[in-house]
Order: sequence, then structure tokens, then C-alpha cells
Amino acid sequence: MSLHRVAITGIGIVSSLGTSLDSVSAALRGGESGIVVDPERIEVGFRSPLTGQIRNFDGKAGLSRKQRKTMTDFGVWAYAATRDALDTAGLEDEQLRNPQTGLLFGCDSSCIAAIEQTDQVRRAGETAGIKSGLIFRSMTSTVTMNLNTLLGTQGASWSLSSACSSGGHAIGQAADLIALGRQERVICGAAQEINWESMCSFDAIGAFSRRIDSPAQACRPFDAERDGLVPSGGAAAVILERYDIATARGATILGEVLSYSFSSDGSHLSVPSGEGLERAMTDAVQRAGLELREIDYLCAHATSTPAGDAAEARAIKNVFGEKQPHVSSLKSMTGHELWMSGASQVVYSALMARDGFIAPNLNFVAGDADTEGLNIVRETLPFPPRKVLCNSAGFGGTNSCLILDLSQ
Amino acid sequence: MNEQEMIDLINNALAEEFELEPDDMTAEANLYEDLGLDSLDAVDMVVVLEQAFGFKIREDQAVREIRTLGDIYRFVAGKLQDQAEN
Repeated sequence: MSLHRVAITGIGIVSSLGTSLDSVSAALRGGESGIVVDPERIEVGFRSPLTGQIRNFDGKAGLSRKQRKTMTDFGVWAYAATRDALDTAGLEDEQLRNPQTGLLFGCDSSCIAAIEQTDQVRRAGETAGIKSGLIFRSMTSTVTMNLNTLLGTQGASWSLSSACSSGGHAIGQAADLIALGRQERVICGAAQEINWESMCSFDAIGAFSRRIDSPAQACRPFDAERDGLVPSGGAAAVILERYDIATARGATILGEVLSYSFSSDGSHLSVPSGEGLERAMTDAVQRAGLELREIDYLCAHATSTPAGDAAEARAIKNVFGEKQPHVSSLKSMTGHELWMSGASQVVYSALMARDGFIAPNLNFVAGDADTEGLNIVRETLPFPPRKVLCNSAGFGGTNSCLILDLSQ
Repeated sequence: MNEQEMIDLINNALAEEFELEPDDMTAEANLYEDLGLDSLDAVDMVVVLEQAFGFKIREDQAVREIRTLGDIYRFVAGKLQDQAEN
């Protein structure tokens, strides 16, 4: 069976670095940090109040109150990112209202709605006061069910949950649907809520950086002094289309998904083995039909945790050996966008390719025994990434690798 | 509360909840055909009215017969009268 080629024709993002493609690109190029101290987290007793934050976002995004009542804030971010992605792709709404257009987003929680409805019942002693919107806001499929209704797509419509690799698997599975001829285009991506309620248990297990005095320096993937991740969020959207259909309609091709590979560690819940990610990277390169040396940029998963970064670094060194690609973890700027991160890596990489630079791995001073030997990008490189490998990994040991050709 | 105050309270609560235009809010307006509400909105309408007037109407069979704004006015007026008499 021959597989269809998969084009990237649209991108959109709402992140801690900005709420438009141009502002996010400028922040990436400038090595800016989106990490702040959240005073409310100090007040409620967090050990680390560091977080990414969405600023300058119009919370309505052109939606009516009735439309928004079934949507979470991150659902509205996903809608805004999707609108930008559709604009980039030059797609009108009527081109989406058919069974060949699908939706597939990564999302692994919707905490606030669940808390709101529970509080309401505990307070009132009955369910009567719960408004209808909470059902649709509380499910982890909240993004795709709302977008499906708003956009009128008639094909695939589901969300995918795999912890911090949700976004990577969502884009990978969307690409597979097109490659297999099941869909002609898929609006895909991921979204991540930002609120202390959804992050308190992460704080409790000591997952977060304690470098509170210097938020911009807190997230330091691969650096010897790294001490934990910084939670963040937002939404990223990508339009994937069957390559021949995209070119036939005269779309600007931003890139191509050359391959998607998945694996799982089959070992520890929270400590990645590295072996699973290594297997996925190797498989992705083979599926893409590339030589290892052709990968010129690796957009790393590294979240700034001691064990996770070490495992990924060992895996990268094992896979690439003597010819190490340029590596940066953009979480050094954004914080860890969790469910969203695998999808935002695709948007960030496509932006860097569009605008001709490779963004740095902020705060990397020196590696340790595990992370030294990587070809870390310390300062913005003045040329675009071409063949890009995006790694993402999640709790439970689930890994996603995407290979993109951005040399369009 | 006189009748006009009751109508204003209902209209304001529903206009706020469902983003309705005051000009469209006539007694004859059908909630579903004219004002664009759906079955989920009907659930929220009950919550909004319960909050506005402090009564419980969710299990009230007569709520299900409501079709127009005028039906709401009559229904609420009846409930308020019942409360006053009891």
C-alpha cells in the first residue's frame, strides 16, 4: 500500500511567548523567557510558584458567550490558535465542512470544571445549580468536541491523552490518518490548562524548579545545575493536508511530516528509561528514509529535570554517535507546556524555518556526565532548521518522535 | 415586587445569560424559535431563574410547558403568588 505524503500548511499558537505567530517568533529568536512567579501559588502553599503565563490574549476570541460557556480557557486558546492556523493555510470554513476534514488534539486534563461542579454540589447539597456548560468543559475531549461544533468538520474528532507526549502523538496520529488515506486534512495540535489547581500534585512531588529568585533562569534543560521543570501551557494548532491536495489548491507548503514513530518504555511510571525514546528516534529516522546525518536540528523534549534530561541526552548520544545534530529544548523559554509541548515543538520549529533561525537552549552553561557531548545551541543560530526531529515523552514512559522536512 | 419589576428581573437575567437583545424580548417571543435557545439552554434558564428568585422549580412539571417569554412571566408570577400565600 502506498502512503500519501503529508504537508504542513498552517500553524497557530497561543503560548507564554506570545499570542501571534510573529510575536512568538520574535521571542524565540531573542531568547526571551515566558516564565513568571504566580503570587497566588505562594499564597496557597506551593513550594514553587514558577509558571508560564498567557499575556495579552483576548479571552473572547470572537466567540459568543453561548459558544464559550461550554469551553475552557485553554479551549478558547485552541480555537484562537486554530483560527490563525487556518488563516496561514488559506482555508475557508466551507472547505472544512466535509467528512474528509478531521480534528485531533492532545489534552490530558480539564481540572477547573471538575472542581467547580464538585464544589457546587458540596455547597448546595444537590446537583440542581450546575449549569449545562460544565459537562462539556470537564471532559478531556473538551477541545475537539467544541472545535468540531464551531468549525463544522465532519471527519475524525477525538482527543488523545498520553501525558506530556499527548501533543506529539496527536500530530503523529493525524499525519498517519492522512498518510493512510483516511482523511484529506486534519486540524491537529494540543492544549494545556494553566492554573494552580491542576498543578498542585506536581508541586507536591517536587517536580518543579525552586529557582524562584530568577524565573528566567529557572528552566535550564541539560544544564548541570537544572533542578526541575517549570509548568506552562497554552495551545498549538497545525493544519496537515494530503500533500497533492495542498499543492493542487495552491497552498503555501510550510513543511512536510516525513515520519512519526511511537514507543513506550514498559518500565517506570515517572522515570524514563531513555531506551524507549532511543528506539522511537531510530525508528523515526528509518521511516523517514533519511540518514542520521541528515537530521540537522533536534527539538528536544528535555524539561529541566535531572533524570529526564539525562535519559534523553544518553539516548540522543547513542542514536547519533559522532555526528550530533544541533539540539535545543525550547522549554528553557516557555517552561514545560505539558500536554501541549509535543505540538508546540512543531509550531516553533516551523516558525524558525519560516524566519531563518534556530532558537537557543537558554541557560545552558555546562553539561554533567550524562548531558555533556550534546551539540547544544547556546545562542540563536542565524540559519533555519531543515530536517528536524521533535522528541516528546510522558509519564508512564510513552514517547513520540516526529521528523519534519522544513526545507520548503 | 410589582409585575414590571418581575419582568425586568427575568429579562435582565436571561439577557445576561444568553446574550439576548432587549428589543427581541417580547412576551410573544418563542424561546427556541425566536431567541435561539436549545435544550441545554433550557437547563441553564432554570438555574438562572432559581438564582434570581430564590425558588426551586427544576422538578416543577409546568416548567416543561414554557415556550415563550410570556409563559415564563406567568409561571414566575404564579410561583411568587404561591410563596406569598404560603
